[in-house]
Amino acid sequence: MIEELIREQEPLVVVEDLSVRFGPQEVLRDINLKVPVGQTLVIVGESGCGKTVLMKTIIGLIRPTSGSVHFDNRNLHLMTEQEISRVRLRFGFVFQYAALFDSMTVGQNVAFPMRQEGRHTQAEIREEVLSRLSEVGLPDEVVFKKPAELSGGMRKRVGLARALIMRPEVMMYDEPTTGLDPIMSDVINELILRTRRRNPVTSIVVTHDMNTARKVGDRTIMMYPLDRLEPGESQIIFDGTPQAMTESRDRRVRQFVNGEAGERLMEMRAASGV
Amino acid sequence: MRIILRPSFTDSDFSRSPPAVSSPSISNSNTASAPQLGRLNSWIADWGRVVIQMVLSIGTFSLFAVRTATWLFSKVPKRETIWPNFYEVGVLSLPVVALTGTFIGMVMAVQSYSQFQQLGLESRLGAVINMTLVRELGPVLAATMLAGRVGSAMAAELGTMRVTEQIDALAAMGANPIHYLVVPRFLACIFMIPTLTIMADFMGVAGGYFYSDLVLGIDTHFYWYNRAQFVEWFDLFHGLFKSVFFGAAIALVSCFQGFYCHPGAEGVGRAATASFVFSFVLILVLDLFLSIFLDKLYFIIFPQGTSLV
Repeated sequence: MIEELIREQEPLVVVEDLSVRFGPQEVLRDINLKVPVGQTLVIVGESGCGKTVLMKTIIGLIRPTSGSVHFDNRNLHLMTEQEISRVRLRFGFVFQYAALFDSMTVGQNVAFPMRQEGRHTQAEIREEVLSRLSEVGLPDEVVFKKPAELSGGMRKRVGLARALIMRPEVMMYDEPTTGLDPIMSDVINELILRTRRRNPVTSIVVTHDMNTARKVGDRTIMMYPLDRLEPGESQIIFDGTPQAMTESRDRRVRQFVNGEAGERLMEMRAASGV
Repeated sequence: MRIILRPSFTDSDFSRSPPAVSSPSISNSNTASAPQLGRLNSWIADWGRVVIQMVLSIGTFSLFAVRTATWLFSKVPKRETIWPNFYEVGVLSLPVVALTGTFIGMVMAVQSYSQFQQLGLESRLGAVINMTLVRELGPVLAATMLAGRVGSAMAAELGTMRVTEQIDALAAMGANPIHYLVVPRFLACIFMIPTLTIMADFMGVAGGYFYSDLVLGIDTHFYWYNRAQFVEWFDLFHGLFKSVFFGAAIALVSCFQGFYCHPGAEGVGRAATASFVFSFVLILVLDLFLSIFLDKLYFIIFPQGTSLV
C-alpha cells in the first residue's frame, strides 16, 4: 500500500547518469536513481563499491565527474556555495563515525545546525536540544559532556539527534549500525523507523547489514564494484523490495544476503597474483 | 603517456586524492632492443610526474587562497569562532616570542662585539643590533615561532577534522568549512602577528641593551645616541609590513595542509610537518622580495635617507 502511495509522488531526489572518478580510479559509472518523497531507500553492497561516495555526491559533498543530481527539481551541482549551504539544511546526515565536533560539548554539537541558521533564541535552542536528546534516549546530563567521553552507541545517537534537530525532509544514514553490538544496532534501527513514523521523511540508508535493510527499507538497491561487473552491466545489480532481494536468482545478490564468501577468497588471491 | 586530471573538488572532498598520473609506460619492444632508451623514458616520466604534481598543488593552493579571500569579504565570521583563535595566536604565543626575542638580542651583542671593538666602534652596536632586530630578526623570529607553535597545530587540527569527517559534517549542516574554519584563523594570524613582532622587537632591544651595558660595559649614552641616529620609524614599519605577509602565509599554508590532509594518522602528522616546512620556506622567500621592495620604496620616499648608509 505504501508503495502505491509513493508511486504517485514526484521523485524528490533524481540522480542521472552520475559518474565519479578520483584520478585514475573510477568509483561510480552511469548511476540512475529516483527517490520518491517518503520512501526509505536502503543501499547495500560490499565495502568499497561506492555506496558512501554516492550518498556524499547526492548532498553535494563530492562533485561528480559527469551527470547530475536534482533535489526538488533543482540541479544541486549548479548552485553557488551559498545556495547549496541553504539547501543542505533540508538534509540530515548521520555519519559513519558520528563525526561529532570534538572541540564542543554534546549540547553545542546538537545545537550547531540551529545556531548556524541563526533564527532561534537561546531558550528555543535549549528546549529543542533536550527534546531531541530524549527522543534518542539520552539523559539531560549528557549535554555538558565532550564527545570523547561517550561510548560508540551514544555518539551515534548524538549524531542522530544533531541530524534531526532541523526537522529535515531527507535523512541520510551512512552505515548507521556499523561497529555496534546487536542490541544497539537494533535500537538504531528502531530509531530510524520511529523518526519516519513521527514525521514523513524520505530516507536513504547506506549499510551492509541485511538486518537493517530488512527492517527499515521499503526498497533496496544493491551496488557492485565496477571492476568486477560484466561489460555493459549497470552498477546497480538489484533494485526491489528487501523480500525480493532474499528470493533473487542472481548469485552475487544471494551471496550477499546469506553472507557467504563463496569463491571470493580465491578470486582475490588470483587478482593479487598469488 | 596518459594523463588524467582529478575531478574538480568542492571544499568537502573527503580526501585529497593524489594527482593521478599513469605509471610510466615503456613499450616492450623498446626495452628489449634498447634498455638505455627504456630507462631514459622512465626517467623523463618520473620528472614529468613531479612537475605535474607541483603544478597541481600550486593550482589547488591558489584556488584555496582565492576562496578564502572571497569568503573573507562576503560574510563576517561569528564571534565565537573568532575570539578563541585570536587568543590562541596572540596571547598564548606571547611568552615564547618574548623569550626568543630577548635571547636573540643578547646573541647579537655577543657576536658583533669583538668585531666592532677592534675598530673602536663598540657604541655603534646600538645601531646595528636595533636595526637588525627591527627590520629583520624581530618579524622573522616572531613568524617562525608562530609557524611552529600555531601553524602546525592548525594543520593537525584541521587534518584530524578532515580525517574524522568533521569537515564534511560542517558542510552537511549548512556551514561553509572555509568560512567557518579558515577565515577566523587567517584573520587571527594577520592581526596578531604585528603585535607579536613588536613584542619580539622590544624584548630584543632590551636584551641587547642589557647585555651591552651590564656585561660588555658599553657607554649607555652613546649606545642610545647611535641607535636614535640610525634607526627610523620607517624601519619599524618595514618590519611590521613584512610580518603581515608572513602571517597570511602561515595561515594559508597551514590551513591548506590540514584541509587537504591525506587519510590516517600518518596524513595528519605529515600535514603538521609540511605546514611548518612550507611556511618557513615561504617566510624567507617573501622576506627577500619584500625587503627589496621596501628598500626601493624607502629611497623613493626619502632620497637622502640615512637608514641604509
